[in-house]
Amino acid sequence: MTADIVLDVRGLKTVFHAVDGAWPAVDGVDFTVARGEILGLVGESGSGKSVTGFSLVQLIDPPGEIVAGQVLFGGTDLRAASEDELRRLRGDRIAMIFQDPLMTLNPVLSVGEQMTEAILEHRRCSRADALAQAAAALARVGISSPEARLKQYPHEFSGGMRQRVAIATALLNDPALIIADEPTTALDVTIQAQILYQVQKLSRETGAAVIWITHDLAVVAELADRVAVMYAGRIVEIGAADVVLDRPRHPYTLGLLNSSAAMVEPGARLHQIDGVAPRIDSRPSGCPFRPRCTRSLAVCADVDPPPQAQDGRTLRCHNPVPA
Amino acid sequence: MTAPLFELRGVAKYFRGKTTLAERILALAGRRQPPATLRAVDGVDLTVAKGEVLGLVGESGCGKSTLARIATGILAPTAGEVFYQGRAVAGLRGRDRLDYLLKVQMIFQDPYASLDPRMRVSRIVGEALAVHKLLPRREIDGAVDRALREVGLDLAYRDRYPHQFSGGQRQRIGIARALAVKPDFLVCDEPVSALDVSIQAQVINLFMDVRARHGLTYLFVSHDLGLVRHISDRVAIMYLGRIVEIGPAASVFADPAHPYSAALIKAIPSAARRKAGFEPLQGELPSPLAPPPGCPFHPRCDHAMPACREIRPELAEIAPGRSAACHLHTAPKVA
Repeated sequence: MTADIVLDVRGLKTVFHAVDGAWPAVDGVDFTVARGEILGLVGESGSGKSVTGFSLVQLIDPPGEIVAGQVLFGGTDLRAASEDELRRLRGDRIAMIFQDPLMTLNPVLSVGEQMTEAILEHRRCSRADALAQAAAALARVGISSPEARLKQYPHEFSGGMRQRVAIATALLNDPALIIADEPTTALDVTIQAQILYQVQKLSRETGAAVIWITHDLAVVAELADRVAVMYAGRIVEIGAADVVLDRPRHPYTLGLLNSSAAMVEPGARLHQIDGVAPRIDSRPSGCPFRPRCTRSLAVCADVDPPPQAQDGRTLRCHNPVPA
Repeated sequence: MTAPLFELRGVAKYFRGKTTLAERILALAGRRQPPATLRAVDGVDLTVAKGEVLGLVGESGCGKSTLARIATGILAPTAGEVFYQGRAVAGLRGRDRLDYLLKVQMIFQDPYASLDPRMRVSRIVGEALAVHKLLPRREIDGAVDRALREVGLDLAYRDRYPHQFSGGQRQRIGIARALAVKPDFLVCDEPVSALDVSIQAQVINLFMDVRARHGLTYLFVSHDLGLVRHISDRVAIMYLGRIVEIGPAASVFADPAHPYSAALIKAIPSAARRKAGFEPLQGELPSPLAPPPGCPFHPRCDHAMPACREIRPELAEIAPGRSAACHLHTAPKVA
């Protein structure tokens, strides 16, 4: 393990309890993120990508429960940390950005009030000092006349501007780790491009590690250094963006990439992945992707493929796409 | 060229905000303030030829969904006329109007909100046939089965309720419902944007199969330029209630004439691009309540000239089959 590793996740497992059993939303996930690195965590709805994000900061409420694994952040296991320790870390060393910025912004406080609150909660400084820091943070994410904007309330901002405020607030205390859950999915493409540009720049400048959770492979391709593809609660392929996206070996990764309209001539049939992802309570035995897989073997029905390092990536597949 | 199947001439839709009590009192006192008017669609001319797929692209708030609702007759335009098969829709009455409403079907974005949760699938798909007495009652079951088979849904599902289906299957139910009444023209408003990536491809393939089988015409509204390029013969790009560029999809995407089209096309994320240094378009969509004077795009445009701040460019032909509303292509007349 190198000193640059900010977050080291090992065997993370989060289940949701129901009357008929405990169903694993996250089913044994391992990954690391290094300083200044952007990790794209890609998956479809129900793949467990968001639950992974919330599990990292121990924000899982019943009926959900984190039942196994370690989340090592700066040498401490967040699973073993007390609620007090976690409160000190969240919003300070670890920041989260959500799809809906109204989830993070308080509608009855001005933007300035909530941004200074985020600073004063974790730092000793004067209110005037905190306000100046907040204004600087807004300017950093490309908001013009920040001093005037600080006096406004969240409803006075457009969707793209609110997301910038949420990002600026997340960055206030120079976090070592930012977890962003679909932060640009609700935004228009031109606004999305502006925000991706800012995040990439900020991660380079501040050295923050970023986990970017999304369903959009194309966004990840342009943004991320490394890519993890999730399916049915597990990471099926993880590695450098160039490796995973240019030479995918897992049939699911390949299928996702090929299903894009950019992969065929206009008007031609798209390469679809047949079938649908299994529900959490009816995952098949063996490899969960098997029923939709064109490369499945007899062994795939019996044995869940374990993660294996090969060809510059970690892969969970009995019959990977030939290199 | 044959007569278009569908045509919009100078179509506009304005929405007025509700007046507050204070404004009503001021009005009584004779100090009337003009109510704020939102010009959602502001003078659109458009034709769709039979068998064509016209893609309509723009960012949220540009008026594309309002335009789709006008096309299907859900909303009436404030100004302008809608023609279907050469006849003004506003003048249609009785049987003729019903014919138009049935021949033009809409596919909605949200597969959760657009299906009645208390109806079984067979009733959702067969309801229009029964209500409008398009088929004798005993033939409706067969027609429902044909529609379900057509969209790839197992007939065993016909007695289930919408909540028992995934998003992609629900969108198939919506398509089956539209196909059941044998339409000519499908207006699709963001039909796959609520679906997962691997499911989007399935539904897009279904749209193309159905089109080939029945010779359907589509108005395909989407913010996803990659999909629009894929499925469309022609593409129209909207900004603040107006069409800023229209032309054959291949040539518009290869060589966009309007700076806004160019910026949109450049902003499409691509899995083939790695760590692209983004060059984002600056600024945001202005409020349609207070559009900027002159060209509505000029505050965000790199090519803005003095004329752009004062004179609004009209949509004009720049090449055969291609039009753009930009002073770069049409020398502005100096007033």
